[in-house]
Amino acid sequence: MFAFLANPARFMAFSAWAAPILFAGALILFAVGVPWALFYSPPDYQMGDTVRIMYVHVPAAWWSMGAYAFMAGASFVGLVWRHVLADVAARAAAPVGAVFAAVCLITGSLWGAPTWGTWWEWDGRMTSMLVLFITYLGYIALWSSIEDEERAARLAAILCLVGAINLPIVKFSVDWWSTLHQPASIMRSGGAAINGEMLGPLLTLGGAYLLLFGALTLMNMRAAIFRRRVESAELRKAHA
Amino acid sequence: MNALVATFRRELAMLWAGGGALTPLGYFFGATMLVPLAMGPDRALLETAGPPLVWIAAALSVLAMLERLFQADLEDGSLDQMLLSPAPLEGLVLAKGAALWVAIGLPLALAGAPVAIALQAPVERIPLIVASLALGTAAFVSVGLIGAALTASVKRGGVLLALIVLPLFAPPIIFGASVASGEDVSAAFAILGGCALGGLALGPIAAAAALRLQAE
Repeated sequence: MFAFLANPARFMAFSAWAAPILFAGALILFAVGVPWALFYSPPDYQMGDTVRIMYVHVPAAWWSMGAYAFMAGASFVGLVWRHVLADVAARAAAPVGAVFAAVCLITGSLWGAPTWGTWWEWDGRMTSMLVLFITYLGYIALWSSIEDEERAARLAAILCLVGAINLPIVKFSVDWWSTLHQPASIMRSGGAAINGEMLGPLLTLGGAYLLLFGALTLMNMRAAIFRRRVESAELRKAHA
Repeated sequence: MNALVATFRRELAMLWAGGGALTPLGYFFGATMLVPLAMGPDRALLETAGPPLVWIAAALSVLAMLERLFQADLEDGSLDQMLLSPAPLEGLVLAKGAALWVAIGLPLALAGAPVAIALQAPVERIPLIVASLALGTAAFVSVGLIGAALTASVKRGGVLLALIVLPLFAPPIIFGASVASGEDVSAAFAILGGCALGGLALGPIAAAAALRLQAE
Protein backbone atom coordinates (compact mmCIF):
# COMPACT_ATOMS: atom_id res chain seq x y z
CA MET A 1 0.00 0.00 0.00
CA PHE A 2 2.79 2.41 0.91
CA ALA A 3 4.69 1.60 -2.27
CA PHE A 4 1.51 2.23 -4.22
CA LEU A 5 0.92 5.58 -2.54
CA ALA A 6 4.53 6.66 -2.80
CA ASN A 7 3.73 8.10 -6.20
CA PRO A 8 2.45 11.65 -5.53
CA ALA A 9 -0.07 11.57 -8.39
CA ARG A 10 -1.57 8.34 -7.10
CA PHE A 11 -1.47 9.73 -3.58
CA MET A 12 -3.43 12.78 -4.65
CA ALA A 13 -6.04 10.64 -6.38
CA PHE A 14 -6.30 8.41 -3.31
CA SER A 15 -6.38 11.17 -0.71
CA ALA A 16 -9.00 13.13 -2.63
CA TRP A 17 -11.34 10.32 -1.59
CA ALA A 18 -9.73 9.16 1.61
CA ALA A 19 -9.60 12.50 3.42
CA PRO A 20 -13.35 13.24 3.21
CA ILE A 21 -14.21 9.62 4.02
CA LEU A 22 -12.00 9.65 7.13
CA PHE A 23 -13.45 13.01 8.08
CA ALA A 24 -17.00 11.73 7.70
CA GLY A 25 -16.09 8.65 9.74
CA ALA A 26 -14.70 10.89 12.47
CA LEU A 27 -17.91 12.95 12.48
CA ILE A 28 -20.04 9.82 12.77
CA LEU A 29 -17.96 8.46 15.64
CA PHE A 30 -18.10 11.83 17.39
CA ALA A 31 -21.88 11.94 16.85
CA VAL A 32 -22.15 8.54 18.52
CA GLY A 33 -19.41 8.90 21.10
CA VAL A 34 -20.08 12.39 22.47
CA PRO A 35 -23.69 11.80 23.59
CA TRP A 36 -22.75 8.33 24.78
CA ALA A 37 -19.94 9.74 26.89
CA LEU A 38 -21.81 12.78 28.16
CA PHE A 39 -25.28 11.40 28.82
CA TYR A 40 -25.48 7.63 28.59
CA SER A 41 -22.41 6.50 30.49
CA PRO A 42 -22.38 6.16 34.27
CA PRO A 43 -20.88 8.87 36.46
CA ASP A 44 -17.91 7.89 38.55
CA TYR A 45 -18.77 6.90 42.11
CA GLN A 46 -16.11 9.26 43.45
CA MET A 47 -15.64 11.93 40.82
CA GLY A 48 -19.26 12.18 39.69
CA ASP A 49 -19.81 13.85 36.37
CA THR A 50 -16.33 15.33 36.15
CA VAL A 51 -15.14 11.91 35.01
CA ARG A 52 -16.60 12.80 31.61
CA ILE A 53 -13.59 15.03 30.95
CA MET A 54 -11.74 11.74 30.55
CA TYR A 55 -13.47 11.13 27.21
CA VAL A 56 -11.90 14.26 25.76
CA HIS A 57 -8.65 14.00 27.65
CA VAL A 58 -7.52 10.41 27.24
CA PRO A 59 -7.96 10.08 23.44
CA ALA A 60 -6.06 13.35 23.02
CA ALA A 61 -3.22 11.91 25.10
CA TRP A 62 -3.20 8.67 23.10
CA TRP A 63 -3.10 10.28 19.70
CA SER A 64 -0.70 13.06 20.58
CA MET A 65 1.76 10.26 21.30
CA GLY A 66 0.52 8.28 18.32
CA ALA A 67 1.04 11.29 16.07
CA TYR A 68 4.61 11.64 17.26
CA ALA A 69 5.27 7.96 16.61
CA PHE A 70 3.81 8.41 13.13
CA MET A 71 6.07 11.42 12.54
CA ALA A 72 9.11 9.49 13.71
CA GLY A 73 8.27 6.67 11.32
CA ALA A 74 7.74 9.09 8.44
CA SER A 75 10.96 10.94 9.30
CA PHE A 76 12.89 7.70 9.24
CA VAL A 77 11.47 6.81 5.84
CA GLY A 78 12.19 10.33 4.61
CA LEU A 79 15.80 10.22 5.78
CA VAL A 80 16.60 6.72 4.58
CA TRP A 81 14.72 6.55 1.29
CA ARG A 82 14.69 10.28 0.66
CA HIS A 83 11.03 10.22 -0.10
CA VAL A 84 9.30 13.60 -0.49
CA LEU A 85 5.90 12.30 0.52
CA ALA A 86 7.24 10.98 3.82
CA ASP A 87 8.67 14.42 4.58
CA VAL A 88 5.35 16.01 3.76
CA ALA A 89 3.53 13.49 5.95
CA ALA A 90 5.75 14.14 8.98
CA ARG A 91 5.29 17.86 8.67
CA ALA A 92 1.55 17.57 8.13
CA ALA A 93 1.05 15.50 11.28
CA ALA A 94 2.96 17.87 13.57
CA PRO A 95 0.38 20.63 14.13
CA VAL A 96 -2.36 18.04 14.67
CA GLY A 97 -0.27 16.22 17.27
CA ALA A 98 0.67 19.50 18.93
CA VAL A 99 -2.98 20.51 19.24
CA PHE A 100 -3.84 17.09 20.69
CA ALA A 101 -1.08 17.54 23.26
CA ALA A 102 -2.39 21.00 24.11
CA VAL A 103 -5.95 19.64 24.44
CA CYS A 104 -4.63 16.92 26.70
CA LEU A 105 -2.82 19.42 28.92
CA ILE A 106 -5.73 21.87 29.10
CA THR A 107 -8.41 19.26 29.81
CA GLY A 108 -6.09 17.58 32.29
CA SER A 109 -5.77 20.86 34.11
CA LEU A 110 -9.54 21.37 34.07
CA TRP A 111 -10.00 17.86 35.38
CA GLY A 112 -7.39 18.30 38.07
CA ALA A 113 -9.04 21.36 39.57
CA PRO A 114 -12.16 19.63 40.94
CA THR A 115 -10.68 16.17 41.56
CA TRP A 116 -7.16 16.81 42.83
CA GLY A 117 -7.88 20.30 44.08
CA THR A 118 -5.19 21.85 41.90
CA TRP A 119 -4.94 23.13 38.33
CA TRP A 120 -1.51 21.71 37.86
CA GLU A 121 0.40 18.95 39.55
CA TRP A 122 3.97 18.10 38.61
CA ASP A 123 3.24 14.45 38.33
CA GLY A 124 5.03 12.15 35.91
CA ARG A 125 2.47 11.97 33.14
CA MET A 126 1.65 15.65 33.03
CA THR A 127 5.29 16.60 33.00
CA SER A 128 6.19 14.25 30.18
CA MET A 129 3.17 15.44 28.18
CA LEU A 130 4.44 18.98 28.65
CA VAL A 131 7.86 17.95 27.36
CA LEU A 132 6.17 16.29 24.38
CA PHE A 133 4.28 19.52 23.68
CA ILE A 134 7.50 21.56 23.79
CA THR A 135 9.17 19.01 21.51
CA TYR A 136 6.34 19.53 19.01
CA LEU A 137 6.84 23.30 19.18
CA GLY A 138 10.57 22.93 18.53
CA TYR A 139 9.93 20.67 15.56
CA ILE A 140 7.42 23.06 14.00
CA ALA A 141 9.65 26.06 14.70
CA LEU A 142 12.71 24.44 13.14
CA TRP A 143 10.79 23.53 10.04
CA SER A 144 9.37 26.98 9.54
CA SER A 145 12.66 28.80 10.11
CA ILE A 146 14.56 27.13 7.27
CA GLU A 147 13.60 28.25 3.79
CA ASP A 148 14.97 25.48 1.62
CA GLU A 149 12.17 22.89 1.83
CA GLU A 150 14.31 19.85 1.29
CA ARG A 151 16.95 20.79 3.82
CA ALA A 152 14.28 21.79 6.31
CA ALA A 153 12.67 18.39 5.87
CA ARG A 154 15.90 16.48 6.52
CA LEU A 155 16.90 18.59 9.51
CA ALA A 156 13.43 18.34 11.02
CA ALA A 157 13.54 14.58 10.48
CA ILE A 158 16.80 14.35 12.45
CA LEU A 159 15.23 16.40 15.24
CA CYS A 160 12.13 14.21 15.21
CA LEU A 161 14.20 11.03 15.60
CA VAL A 162 16.32 12.58 18.35
CA GLY A 163 13.08 13.49 20.09
CA ALA A 164 11.82 9.94 19.64
CA ILE A 165 14.86 8.73 21.57
CA ASN A 166 14.63 11.51 24.11
CA LEU A 167 10.94 11.22 24.97
CA PRO A 168 11.03 7.69 26.47
CA ILE A 169 14.10 8.72 28.48
CA VAL A 170 12.24 11.80 29.69
CA LYS A 171 9.27 9.60 30.59
CA PHE A 172 11.48 7.32 32.63
CA SER A 173 13.34 10.23 34.26
CA VAL A 174 10.19 12.07 35.17
CA ASP A 175 8.61 8.96 36.67
CA TRP A 176 11.68 8.44 38.81
CA TRP A 177 11.69 12.09 39.74
CA SER A 178 8.02 12.30 40.64
CA THR A 179 8.15 9.24 42.87
CA LEU A 180 11.00 10.97 44.64
CA HIS A 181 9.16 14.24 45.11
CA GLN A 182 5.48 13.39 45.09
CA PRO A 183 3.55 13.17 48.28
CA ALA A 184 1.54 10.08 47.43
CA SER A 185 -1.72 11.62 48.61
CA ILE A 186 -3.04 13.07 45.39
CA MET A 187 -2.50 10.51 42.68
CA ARG A 188 -4.10 7.16 42.81
CA SER A 189 -2.01 4.96 40.57
CA GLY A 190 -4.13 5.92 37.60
CA GLY A 191 -6.53 4.08 35.38
CA ALA A 192 -7.48 1.52 38.01
CA ALA A 193 -9.54 -1.13 36.19
CA ILE A 194 -11.88 0.97 34.16
CA ASN A 195 -15.58 0.26 34.21
CA GLY A 196 -16.85 -1.61 31.15
CA GLU A 197 -19.60 0.92 30.58
CA MET A 198 -17.02 3.68 30.37
CA LEU A 199 -14.77 1.73 28.04
CA GLY A 200 -17.30 1.77 25.20
CA PRO A 201 -17.56 5.55 24.76
CA LEU A 202 -13.86 5.94 25.48
CA LEU A 203 -12.85 3.60 22.68
CA THR A 204 -15.42 5.16 20.34
CA LEU A 205 -13.96 8.61 20.92
CA GLY A 206 -10.46 7.16 20.64
CA GLY A 207 -11.45 5.95 17.18
CA ALA A 208 -12.98 9.34 16.39
CA TYR A 209 -9.75 11.13 17.30
CA LEU A 210 -7.74 8.69 15.21
CA LEU A 211 -9.91 9.23 12.14
CA LEU A 212 -9.78 12.98 12.72
CA PHE A 213 -6.00 12.78 12.92
CA GLY A 214 -5.89 10.84 9.67
CA ALA A 215 -8.25 13.23 7.89
CA LEU A 216 -6.46 16.39 9.05
CA THR A 217 -3.04 14.98 8.24
CA LEU A 218 -4.14 14.00 4.74
CA MET A 219 -5.66 17.44 4.20
CA ASN A 220 -2.48 19.11 5.39
CA MET A 221 -0.46 16.90 3.05
CA ARG A 222 -2.70 17.79 0.12
CA ALA A 223 -2.36 21.47 0.92
CA ALA A 224 1.42 21.15 1.03
CA ILE A 225 1.51 19.33 -2.31
CA PHE A 226 -0.78 21.90 -3.91
CA ARG A 227 1.45 24.65 -2.58
CA ARG A 228 4.48 23.02 -4.18
CA ARG A 229 2.68 22.68 -7.48
CA VAL A 230 1.73 26.34 -7.43
CA GLU A 231 5.28 27.34 -6.62
CA SER A 232 6.78 25.27 -9.42
CA ALA A 233 4.15 26.51 -11.87
CA GLU A 234 5.04 30.08 -10.96
CA LEU A 235 8.71 29.29 -11.43
CA ARG A 236 8.03 27.82 -14.83
CA LYS A 237 6.02 30.87 -15.81
CA ALA A 238 8.78 33.17 -14.64
CA HIS A 239 11.36 31.33 -16.72
CA ALA A 240 9.25 30.90 -19.82
CA MET B 1 43.63 11.03 15.07
CA ASN B 2 45.88 13.98 14.26
CA ALA B 3 42.96 15.82 12.71
CA LEU B 4 40.93 15.30 15.86
CA VAL B 5 43.69 16.62 18.11
CA ALA B 6 44.26 19.54 15.77
CA THR B 7 40.54 20.38 15.75
CA PHE B 8 40.45 20.15 19.53
CA ARG B 9 43.43 22.49 19.85
CA ARG B 10 42.16 24.95 17.27
CA GLU B 11 38.75 25.09 18.92
CA LEU B 12 40.30 25.56 22.33
CA ALA B 13 42.53 28.33 21.04
CA MET B 14 39.60 30.07 19.41
CA LEU B 15 37.46 29.80 22.54
CA TRP B 16 40.35 31.16 24.54
CA ALA B 17 40.87 34.05 22.13
CA GLY B 18 37.17 34.82 22.36
CA GLY B 19 37.44 35.42 26.10
CA GLY B 20 37.50 31.80 27.21
CA ALA B 21 35.16 30.97 30.02
CA LEU B 22 34.98 34.59 31.13
CA THR B 23 31.68 35.41 29.44
CA PRO B 24 29.75 32.27 30.44
CA LEU B 25 31.17 32.46 33.95
CA GLY B 26 30.07 36.07 34.22
CA TYR B 27 26.64 35.04 32.98
CA PHE B 28 26.55 32.18 35.48
CA PHE B 29 27.45 34.46 38.39
CA GLY B 30 25.02 37.12 37.25
CA ALA B 31 22.11 34.72 36.83
CA THR B 32 22.65 33.07 40.21
CA MET B 33 23.06 36.48 41.84
CA LEU B 34 19.46 37.25 40.87
CA VAL B 35 18.17 34.17 42.72
CA PRO B 36 18.36 35.47 46.29
CA LEU B 37 17.26 38.87 45.06
CA ALA B 38 14.07 37.29 43.75
CA MET B 39 13.50 34.79 46.58
CA GLY B 40 14.71 36.78 49.53
CA PRO B 41 17.74 35.85 51.61
CA ASP B 42 15.87 33.30 53.73
CA ARG B 43 18.43 30.64 54.64
CA ALA B 44 16.18 27.60 54.77
CA LEU B 45 14.53 28.44 51.45
CA LEU B 46 17.87 28.95 49.73
CA GLU B 47 19.22 25.73 51.13
CA THR B 48 16.58 23.71 49.29
CA ALA B 49 16.23 25.88 46.20
CA GLY B 50 19.90 26.83 45.79
CA PRO B 51 21.50 23.69 44.33
CA PRO B 52 18.78 23.14 41.69
CA LEU B 53 19.07 26.77 40.66
CA VAL B 54 22.82 26.41 40.29
CA TRP B 55 22.02 23.58 37.89
CA ILE B 56 19.57 25.63 35.87
CA ALA B 57 22.02 28.52 35.64
CA ALA B 58 24.76 26.15 34.45
CA ALA B 59 22.45 24.70 31.79
CA LEU B 60 21.59 28.17 30.52
CA SER B 61 25.25 29.18 30.48
CA VAL B 62 26.10 26.20 28.27
CA LEU B 63 23.09 26.97 26.09
CA ALA B 64 24.28 30.51 25.55
CA MET B 65 27.61 29.22 24.19
CA LEU B 66 26.07 26.83 21.67
CA GLU B 67 24.66 29.26 19.14
CA ARG B 68 27.95 30.19 17.49
CA LEU B 69 29.50 26.73 17.72
CA PHE B 70 28.90 25.68 14.12
CA GLN B 71 27.57 28.94 12.71
CA ALA B 72 31.05 30.43 12.44
CA ASP B 73 32.30 27.26 10.72
CA LEU B 74 29.48 27.44 8.21
CA GLU B 75 30.15 31.10 7.43
CA ASP B 76 33.92 31.01 7.02
CA GLY B 77 34.16 27.74 5.14
CA SER B 78 35.71 25.69 7.94
CA LEU B 79 32.77 23.34 7.68
CA ASP B 80 33.62 22.54 4.07
CA GLN B 81 37.19 21.81 5.15
CA MET B 82 35.87 19.51 7.88
CA LEU B 83 33.78 17.67 5.30
CA LEU B 84 36.77 17.32 2.95
CA SER B 85 38.99 16.02 5.72
CA PRO B 86 39.63 12.27 5.70
CA ALA B 87 38.79 12.20 9.40
CA PRO B 88 35.16 11.30 10.11
CA LEU B 89 32.95 14.34 10.66
CA GLU B 90 31.50 12.72 13.78
CA GLY B 91 34.99 12.66 15.31
CA LEU B 92 35.64 16.30 14.45
CA VAL B 93 32.31 17.29 15.97
CA LEU B 94 33.19 15.31 19.09
CA ALA B 95 36.55 17.11 19.26
CA LYS B 96 34.81 20.47 19.06
CA GLY B 97 32.41 19.41 21.79
CA ALA B 98 35.28 18.22 23.97
CA ALA B 99 37.04 21.56 23.55
CA LEU B 100 33.86 23.39 24.50
CA TRP B 101 33.52 21.24 27.60
CA VAL B 102 37.14 21.82 28.65
CA ALA B 103 36.93 25.56 27.99
CA ILE B 104 33.44 26.20 29.40
CA GLY B 105 31.99 23.11 31.09
CA LEU B 106 34.80 22.44 33.54
CA PRO B 107 35.19 26.09 34.63
CA LEU B 108 31.41 26.25 35.14
CA ALA B 109 31.53 23.13 37.30
CA LEU B 110 34.33 24.60 39.42
CA ALA B 111 32.51 27.92 39.66
CA GLY B 112 29.56 25.93 40.97
CA ALA B 113 31.40 25.63 44.29
CA PRO B 114 31.47 29.31 45.31
CA VAL B 115 28.02 29.89 43.87
CA ALA B 116 26.55 26.96 45.79
CA ILE B 117 28.21 28.18 48.97
CA ALA B 118 26.79 31.66 48.42
CA LEU B 119 23.36 30.09 47.95
CA GLN B 120 23.72 28.40 51.38
CA ALA B 121 24.25 24.83 50.17
CA PRO B 122 25.69 22.70 52.98
CA VAL B 123 29.49 22.80 52.67
CA GLU B 124 29.94 19.03 52.84
CA ARG B 125 27.83 18.72 49.69
CA ILE B 126 30.04 21.02 47.58
CA PRO B 127 32.32 18.30 46.11
CA LEU B 128 29.23 16.41 45.04
CA ILE B 129 27.79 19.50 43.38
CA VAL B 130 31.02 20.18 41.49
CA ALA B 131 31.35 16.56 40.35
CA SER B 132 27.74 16.38 39.22
CA LEU B 133 28.10 19.65 37.33
CA ALA B 134 31.20 18.35 35.55
CA LEU B 135 29.23 15.34 34.31
CA GLY B 136 26.15 17.41 33.67
CA THR B 137 27.86 20.01 31.51
CA ALA B 138 29.29 17.14 29.46
CA ALA B 139 25.74 15.91 28.92
CA PHE B 140 24.54 19.43 28.06
CA VAL B 141 27.33 20.00 25.57
CA SER B 142 26.89 16.65 23.86
CA VAL B 143 23.13 16.95 23.31
CA GLY B 144 23.62 20.67 22.64
CA LEU B 145 25.78 19.74 19.64
CA ILE B 146 22.63 18.45 17.98
CA GLY B 147 20.71 21.68 18.46
CA ALA B 148 23.71 23.77 17.40
CA ALA B 149 24.10 21.75 14.20
CA LEU B 150 20.39 21.81 13.37
CA THR B 151 20.17 25.59 13.69
CA ALA B 152 23.58 26.47 12.22
CA SER B 153 22.09 28.05 9.10
CA VAL B 154 19.35 29.95 10.92
CA LYS B 155 20.15 33.62 11.43
CA ARG B 156 19.49 34.67 15.00
CA GLY B 157 18.73 31.06 15.81
CA GLY B 158 19.44 31.39 19.52
CA VAL B 159 15.86 31.15 20.72
CA LEU B 160 15.07 28.34 18.31
CA LEU B 161 18.17 26.53 19.52
CA ALA B 162 16.98 26.89 23.11
CA LEU B 163 13.51 25.60 22.22
CA ILE B 164 15.02 22.54 20.55
CA VAL B 165 17.60 21.77 23.20
CA LEU B 166 15.70 22.41 26.42
CA PRO B 167 13.59 19.21 26.21
CA LEU B 168 16.86 17.30 25.69
CA PHE B 169 18.19 18.87 28.88
CA ALA B 170 15.35 17.43 30.95
CA PRO B 171 16.91 14.07 31.94
CA PRO B 172 20.34 15.41 33.01
CA ILE B 173 18.66 18.25 34.92
CA ILE B 174 16.46 15.82 36.83
CA PHE B 175 19.27 13.54 37.92
CA GLY B 176 21.89 16.22 38.31
CA ALA B 177 19.73 18.37 40.54
CA SER B 178 18.87 15.27 42.57
CA VAL B 179 22.57 14.66 43.18
CA ALA B 180 23.11 18.31 44.04
CA SER B 181 20.20 18.24 46.49
CA GLY B 182 21.57 15.09 48.09
CA GLU B 183 18.58 12.92 47.23
CA ASP B 184 19.23 9.28 46.34
CA VAL B 185 22.76 10.27 45.39
CA SER B 186 24.39 7.11 44.09
CA ALA B 187 21.52 6.06 41.82
CA ALA B 188 21.04 9.58 40.47
CA PHE B 189 24.78 9.95 39.91
CA ALA B 190 24.93 6.73 37.94
CA ILE B 191 21.99 7.72 35.74
CA LEU B 192 23.47 11.18 35.24
CA GLY B 193 26.60 9.45 33.97
CA GLY B 194 24.34 7.43 31.69
CA CYS B 195 22.83 10.64 30.32
CA ALA B 196 26.30 12.00 29.60
CA LEU B 197 27.43 8.77 27.90
CA GLY B 198 24.21 8.49 25.91
CA GLY B 199 24.63 12.08 24.79
CA LEU B 200 28.24 11.43 23.82
CA ALA B 201 27.20 8.44 21.75
CA LEU B 202 24.23 10.06 20.03
CA GLY B 203 25.10 13.76 19.90
CA PRO B 204 28.05 13.71 17.46
CA ILE B 205 26.28 11.32 15.07
CA ALA B 206 23.09 13.39 14.88
CA ALA B 207 25.04 16.66 14.75
CA ALA B 208 27.29 15.40 11.94
CA ALA B 209 24.25 14.25 9.95
CA ALA B 210 22.73 17.71 10.34
CA LEU B 211 25.99 19.46 9.40
CA ARG B 212 26.26 17.46 6.18
CA LEU B 213 22.88 18.86 5.21
CA GLN B 214 23.85 22.40 6.17
CA ALA B 215 26.86 22.33 3.86
CA GLU B 216 24.96 21.06 0.81
